[in-house]
Amino acid sequence: MIAVRTAPTLAEAASLLRERGAHFLAGGTLVMRAVNEGDTGIASIVRTTDRAFTEIRIAGNRIEIGAGVTMARILAHRDLAMLHPAARLIGGPAVRNAATVGGNLFAPTPYGDFATALLALDARVIVLEGGARELTLTELLAMRDRAPLVSTIVLNRVAAEAFRFRKVSRVKPKGISVLSIAAWLPTSAGRVAGARIAYGAMAPTPVRAAAVERALEGRSLDAAGIAEALRVAHEGTSPASDAIASEWYRREVLPAHLRRLLLGEPR
Amino acid sequence: MKTPVQFRCNGSPAAVFVDGGESLLTTLRERIGDHAPKFGCGQGTCGTCTVLIDGAPHLACLTLTEIVADRDVQTTSGLKRGPALHPLQTAFMEGFAAQCGYCTPGMLMAAKALLDRNASPSREEVVEAISGNICRCTGYEPIIDAVLVASRMRPHA
Repeated sequence: MIAVRTAPTLAEAASLLRERGAHFLAGGTLVMRAVNEGDTGIASIVRTTDRAFTEIRIAGNRIEIGAGVTMARILAHRDLAMLHPAARLIGGPAVRNAATVGGNLFAPTPYGDFATALLALDARVIVLEGGARELTLTELLAMRDRAPLVSTIVLNRVAAEAFRFRKVSRVKPKGISVLSIAAWLPTSAGRVAGARIAYGAMAPTPVRAAAVERALEGRSLDAAGIAEALRVAHEGTSPASDAIASEWYRREVLPAHLRRLLLGEPR
Repeated sequence: MKTPVQFRCNGSPAAVFVDGGESLLTTLRERIGDHAPKFGCGQGTCGTCTVLIDGAPHLACLTLTEIVADRDVQTTSGLKRGPALHPLQTAFMEGFAAQCGYCTPGMLMAAKALLDRNASPSREEVVEAISGNICRCTGYEPIIDAVLVASRMRPHA
């Protein structure tokens, strides 16, 4: 029998999660799925009614999103327009009413498209382990199988037009990712300056495409300017074969979709 | 140990004792006896268990029952008023929008959620509204057409 524990505060929820077999439930799209599949490793489900978990706070350029905020609420928030393209592509309406920003950080590949967008936006997370501490998203993803409770996602506001997101799926209008690409492409005098590129479904977790970022620095976003970036597009990737696509297919189509995204071409 | 949960189901009070980790779908089907929401995939992929919670579509198979405490749950069983079918049900029936019918309860509730907030949706908005619901019989076109036909009927209550 699975025990369900409802904690009034995030700190108490974090404490309950230290028990063996305890799993945190936010929107339910991961944990309830595991319960339905008969996962015997789930001894207890921990949830919280702490309002901070579902709050969105914006002060100047700093955006704090409670980990329990759903994709539907992201889409309903005008000031989060840069995140709308990614949130819109997470499941259908019913999934978006449940799936949370925090949960997406733990979604196994090929899921986790929203985490891919957050990675390109240089998001950080606040985790509760003893006290609260801030990690980069890359640090969290590297330890997510044993990660403490994430309470908040922190990012800076960016101009929506400098952020691009593509999700490639075979089923239209909605399907699971063959891959996704997120790109923050600030420019100075027509040249890329400080790009951040992230891939989803191209590794066990969303990953930054560091070689692509280096190759784009100081270049213009035209065919000649992105040629080197496309040549190194695969560096750091290790895609899986699954029911959606083979490893070979993901590698084959990645440069084509990266090229279209960088050039601003239609899919 | 069982946990008591009270909520409103199709306008009536419901009080149940649930097992730990029990989904709303199990509660509806096995404790309340409402067999309209179907079990399809259990993974949040097929949408046939779609119900409305406080008017918004949710997947009952992925919803922990405790979460709906003191909230309002609507299923396809609550659509018609007495002998009068809901316009969506009428349009689905007249437009042959159901073949095997297994997806229909979820399609109806996903469509109701749309029409309740947008009485005159475009075709694209209908497609988006049912994008989380899988049908393996109809090819979707009769379903989309039926929702559009229903949107031109009154009332939607």
